[in-house]
Amino acid sequence: MSRKRKIRIVVAKPGLDSHDRGAKVIARAFRDAGMEVIYTGLWQTPEQIAETALQEDADVVALSILSGAHMTLFPKITELLKKKGLNEILVLGGGVIPEEDIPALKKVGIAEVFGPDTHTGKIIEFIKENTRKK
Amino acid sequence: MNHNGQLVEGVLKGDRRSIARTITLIENNPSEARKVISKLYSHTGKAQIIGITGPTGSGKSTLIERLVKELRRKGKSVGIIAVDPSSPFTGGAFLGDRIRMQKHSIDGKVFIRSMATRNSSGGLARATRDAVRVLDASGKEVAIVETVGAGQSEVDIRKIAHTVVVVLAPGLGDDIQAIKAGIMEIGDIFVVNKADRENADASVIDIETTINMSWEKKKWRPPVIKTTAAKGEGTTELLNHISLHMKYLENEGFDKQRRQDVETELAEAIKQKTTDSIIGELKRTGELEELIGKILAKKTDPYSAADTLLKERLKGFKTRT
Repeated sequence: MSRKRKIRIVVAKPGLDSHDRGAKVIARAFRDAGMEVIYTGLWQTPEQIAETALQEDADVVALSILSGAHMTLFPKITELLKKKGLNEILVLGGGVIPEEDIPALKKVGIAEVFGPDTHTGKIIEFIKENTRKK
Repeated sequence: MNHNGQLVEGVLKGDRRSIARTITLIENNPSEARKVISKLYSHTGKAQIIGITGPTGSGKSTLIERLVKELRRKGKSVGIIAVDPSSPFTGGAFLGDRIRMQKHSIDGKVFIRSMATRNSSGGLARATRDAVRVLDASGKEVAIVETVGAGQSEVDIRKIAHTVVVVLAPGLGDDIQAIKAGIMEIGDIFVVNKADRENADASVIDIETTINMSWEKKKWRPPVIKTTAAKGEGTTELLNHISLHMKYLENEGFDKQRRQDVETELAEAIKQKTTDSIIGELKRTGELEELIGKILAKKTDPYSAADTLLKERLKGFKTRT
């Protein structure tokens, strides 16, 4: 390969919550870490997010949710990604997610969940270590 | 079938995953991508290519969303390449054009791809032209290219689009700005977007005056159209003018323009290939370091060094350098 592959990351806000400060902060941090960030904006359906990941050929999908609907929406998104053959995408969750929900989310394919107060550097490190090598 | 072969076959079938992966290949691995493009090339040339350029915040993405809506109503399939800048410091990019177009993201007849410039100047990424070819070969009837927020000299879109739409907004500058060189010279159609704002008519007059000065009785006089994209106003008229321009091109000088574009691209391809192979060879033999040393020591200069290097290699060519 003639040049280093850029990490392409979709940052998405699924469902009906409008709290996008966190998503914007991490999007900015990813940008500053040299990644190409595709931001979808608010109120995205699982289908919109999965299709965006496909068209953008994303390596990572970072989902931010503060509405409490993560147990419904996250599994739908990982299921749709798999259905589209996007098995190698690293899916991350963030926002307000209770500790006790995390094991179930990991079971459906969320690689890691980052709650409030997580240092952005920690997320970036996790992504760099876990993105597929192409 | 090898990987490239699968990509080619997928793209020709309109498979979205293959389109996405081929565009990534073009961005990341130009020499491998050449092989794919050369297989797709004969299937290109059917799509109508519309370029949308203009300053940051003038409403390009929102306008495109509306155009896609109109095109879909007419039953046309659409591919979009939306370019945003990479940071020259970190190489990262925040690609936000898609936000305005997400309504169309799950329409199977629409394909949207965000693209970072990766430090290419001119308002597009190096990969944009070939990415448009992929959309074209995949059967998209219309391809729309959104440039980065263009200031004055981001004019590369002229080389790849049939019709260039320059999108401006009221209050961006006076008639002095309008007569400057650069993007004001490349518009086939000018749009004053956000026309519900104050001073929209003054902007239209400034642009009309500029066009009147430079038009010189060419057969196509760029129209100036007022739109308010956020409300969907004026976009039908804009699309009508884009169609009129396409008809004009089909009747006039289309071929001449294409010949010129192909010549430019061929020259670029030759330059790329020769530079890569010669520099590659010099690196392997260590000659490159030696030459750099000589130039730094003022024993020779870059021009003479290049002449000497090429003298042997270009034997048989009669061009004078």
